[in-house]
Amino acid sequence: MLTSNDVRDDEAMQERHVTQLTDVGEDIILSTHDLHVFYGQHEALFEGDLQFANHKITALIGPSGSGKSTFLRSLNRMNDRIATVTGQIMYRGVDVNQPAIDVYEMRRRVGMVFQRPNPFAKSIYDNIAFALQLRGVTDRHQLDEIVETSLRQAALWDQVKDELNKSALALSGGQAQRLCIARAIAVKPDILLLDEPASALDPVSTSQLEDTLLDLKQKYTIIIVTHNMQQAARISDYTAFFNAGRVLEYDTTSQIFTNPQVKITSDYVSGNFG
Amino acid sequence: MKSTQQLERQLKRHSKAARLESWGRFISFSALLLIVAVVVGIIGFVASKGIATFATNHVSLWDFLTEKTWNPNIKDAHGNPEVGALPMIVGSFLITILSAIVATPFAIGTAVFMNEISPNRGAKILQPVTELLVGIPSVVYGFIGLSVVVPVTRAVFGGSGFGILSGTCVLFVMILPTVTSMSTDALKAVPRYYREASLALGATQWQTIYKVVLRAATPGLMTAVVFGMARAFGEALAVQMVIGNAALMPSSLVAPASTLTSVLTTGIGNTVMGSLQNNALWSLALVLLLMSLVFNLIIRLIGRKGRMQA
Repeated sequence: MLTSNDVRDDEAMQERHVTQLTDVGEDIILSTHDLHVFYGQHEALFEGDLQFANHKITALIGPSGSGKSTFLRSLNRMNDRIATVTGQIMYRGVDVNQPAIDVYEMRRRVGMVFQRPNPFAKSIYDNIAFALQLRGVTDRHQLDEIVETSLRQAALWDQVKDELNKSALALSGGQAQRLCIARAIAVKPDILLLDEPASALDPVSTSQLEDTLLDLKQKYTIIIVTHNMQQAARISDYTAFFNAGRVLEYDTTSQIFTNPQVKITSDYVSGNFG
Repeated sequence: MKSTQQLERQLKRHSKAARLESWGRFISFSALLLIVAVVVGIIGFVASKGIATFATNHVSLWDFLTEKTWNPNIKDAHGNPEVGALPMIVGSFLITILSAIVATPFAIGTAVFMNEISPNRGAKILQPVTELLVGIPSVVYGFIGLSVVVPVTRAVFGGSGFGILSGTCVLFVMILPTVTSMSTDALKAVPRYYREASLALGATQWQTIYKVVLRAATPGLMTAVVFGMARAFGEALAVQMVIGNAALMPSSLVAPASTLTSVLTTGIGNTVMGSLQNNALWSLALVLLLMSLVFNLIIRLIGRKGRMQA
């Protein structure tokens, strides 16, 4: 078995090109420093060092097993109890990767939507009200209002406004995924993490979802893992290319897709491997 | 032309594979037929014997279900045999419901611990222990009940120590592993992404268990409890050893009582086939059988409802 040190010696030679967004004058909301993730003895992510710009969409691309989902799940501590995450995750100046942090409060600010649409076996209304009720919001008017605004922001309101009490499991894949987004934004997070949100959807639903994400950019910072390169190119402002547990290139999306600096990135975005 | 005939012959020939195919179908169909015949036979036999009490011996069904005196050897003032099964029916239901009420929180609590809170230790220690408990013969439970539970009950509550309370204690331990392992299965069937979704929304682990996992597993958990009740209802030996076997209406939880099963096991060897005493016992067996069918029906209904939700 390859130990992490062997790999590191190997890869130290590898060319990398990671832009510091502070250098281009971006407002940084979240950044990681020297982030390592271990599943038991196995190191799945070496040095994920990235900065994320406020109110921008950042796409994480790379072949399967390159560590991008692992990285994303670490950002809101979803890897707690599953993996060991070392290093710093600075969220608005606070390191949230330390034991003293209340992960439940932190996950309210950094929400997550998963690959597979995962609505609860509850009504559409209760799905969205769930997280609010956990936080003690009981006022019916307030709940109604938040349910409506969340569904509107997720572009689902017009389709479901007359059947809010129907089971969420009856929704189509695209609708269910937008319900999950509505559910995530109901608690007014700062950052929205999306782990391949469109991979289970048909092309029409995917394009609707992308439009929704572009709208949401006004209010939220979005970090999205995607296998779909066109999707990354269409919606993101910045793109990070992951390979073998490492960020090899990070730059504006147009730069990554038109003028990649690293050979592997160029091979990947042009479809020569991965 | 010739080749067509040859091909037809080849295709229509009964090959070895085709023969095996029909043999396989025949064997599995016969197995099915045998099982159906056995089930129908048992139900038919118990029913014919059980109904004889009412048809041949002219006991009224209403009296059988509501009278409180069970003494098939003696006739009352009107010349009717005293076969009131109410004390046993009440005893059976009481002991079943009480043991289910006591066992359910422990079973669900254990299942939650094994599945949600400490899956590693759960799989390594608790799972084998639970499975071991399922395999202990009921006579062992009964014997421990007789030598531990009954004396303790006697010391604490007075009386003989035999009765519904001791029976409930023994049955509680007996159905606990069944209900626990079925509850664990129910929790395991809740998709992992429900938990992830809830945690990602900032719910704590307890909130996730309580508001999402247990809610989603409710049909499965109910099935587990009903299954445990069916087992408690049908358990004979262990209950018979600790309940006191007095065919009386239970006046308190520590007074000797009896259940359908305990009267059956104590009585069936002492009667002559075809006599009223024998037929009356068969009627009790029929009630038991019908009740197990009802439990089965409930389990199926819950299962269907659960599938519709999912």
